[in-house]
Amino acid sequence: MSGPSQWRRRQQRLSLTGEICPQCSARLFPPRDVCPHCGGPARIPYALGGRGTVYSFSRIMSAPEGYEAGAPYYVALVALDEGPLVTAQLTDVDPEAVSIGMPVEMVTRLMKRDGDRGLIDYSFKFRPVLERMAG
Amino acid sequence: MRDVAVLGIGQTPVAEHWDSSLRDLAYRALQAALDDARVPVPQMLFVGNMLSGALASQENVGALIADYAGLRGMEAFKIEAACASGAAAARMAWMAVAGGLCDIAVALGVEKMTDGKAEQATAALAYAADAEYEGEHGLSFVALNALMMQRYMHEYGYRHSDFAGFAINSHANATTNPNAMFPSAITAEQFERARPVAAPITLLDSSGIGDGAAAAVFVPLDLATRSPHPVVRVLASASATDTVALHDRRDPLFLEAAHVSAQRAYAMSGTTAEDMDFFELHDAFTIMSALSLEASGYAPRGHGVGMAIDGEITRQGRLPICTLGGLKARGHPVGATGVYQIVEAVQQLRGEAGPNQLAGARLGMAQNIGGSGANVITHILERRN
Ligand SMILES: [Zn+2]
Repeated sequence: MSGPSQWRRRQQRLSLTGEICPQCSARLFPPRDVCPHCGGPARIPYALGGRGTVYSFSRIMSAPEGYEAGAPYYVALVALDEGPLVTAQLTDVDPEAVSIGMPVEMVTRLMKRDGDRGLIDYSFKFRPVLERMAG
Repeated sequence: MRDVAVLGIGQTPVAEHWDSSLRDLAYRALQAALDDARVPVPQMLFVGNMLSGALASQENVGALIADYAGLRGMEAFKIEAACASGAAAARMAWMAVAGGLCDIAVALGVEKMTDGKAEQATAALAYAADAEYEGEHGLSFVALNALMMQRYMHEYGYRHSDFAGFAINSHANATTNPNAMFPSAITAEQFERARPVAAPITLLDSSGIGDGAAAAVFVPLDLATRSPHPVVRVLASASATDTVALHDRRDPLFLEAAHVSAQRAYAMSGTTAEDMDFFELHDAFTIMSALSLEASGYAPRGHGVGMAIDGEITRQGRLPICTLGGLKARGHPVGATGVYQIVEAVQQLRGEAGPNQLAGARLGMAQNIGGSGANVITHILERRN
């Protein structure tokens, strides 16, 4: 992804800002101009809380070009408490403990480096909800 | 709308063709199909291809192939719908002939994937996903399928080994297909021991990428009656889309676009799933086979895997699938795959499938799936005489 693309989506990448539909109150992430639930226009920003549970997960052994350094790594579909599913990497996980239904929370993490002098790319990942913060 | 037939077919083996470029492969399949159809000059060429830009630094392949094949001047375009590019090209050719725009249209699927590093191909295949919200997070295309498989196993209580039948069937059928990339049988033990690519998906859940080209010549049905081959009519061509991103689906375990395109195809042809003698489905991964069977009406939800466990999908079973090896073992030259499926369906319906021939095959379905289910194209073909 290019610098402008990352900048354009900074609210999504760094604070998980989606939308709420004014017609049907569906919470949407990522934002889109038409609500997929009711077909009405959806343009009201809505910051999602960043808490959810693992809906599904995979451990990537063969990474795409540019992501090899982190391999193997876990990716997941996270069901956010507000409803939407979001695709993200899992971080700070015990490989033995990853499971469907596991409570997770959004954190900002390094995603990718573009060589020694290029942009450093940060975005959201999810980690297990810490014990002291649980409940 | 005119009735349409497939008059000619051609294909190259799927392999790592180090000695052939994109245009070489395309020309070989195109020429084979034109020879088979006994027509010298087509009027329109639709090239199904996904990755020529990403992996061969080449776009504008419609004109490139027309020129290279000595057909400079003819109308020719590339058609792209990710892994469903091949069937999309076939649908365009069908539309052109059915709509009366021309009498001879060729669908040519071609992909050249093995010139670069494997990581480049892995990254390029992820272009089929949502680049901003899937690809950017390091999701490979395999990983998206793995997310579906993991959830499927969780919801319906299957083990990984329950999916073995899909891969075993495709490999068994490939052993006698001279165009197959992996013509070797595999066992359930090998399936269980295979190396994980994106857990729970292993190498033996996954179709192999390769180079290849396949072509089919579409003509009005009344022109086909002079053919020396048994006439194969296109009874239905139907297509539907879903969200590109898996996370945007109403239900990530139901291929809605496959369901809609199959239902449209059944309605158009006046057939049902029960009528099909075989089904060339999109076994890019074992989980896709299960989901395609369920969405297309061959199995209730959560029971697609059961068809593999019970042996219903073999050439002797209730619904033979992937009869010449499927994507898994014939190979998956991504944008060409949909045309291979149609070519193989025509082989079966003509009675030209050699050792893989299904006795009395008269009605067959081919379904090509783009992305993790975003673009699905279904064709139903029938033997006329
Ligand atoms: Zn709405």
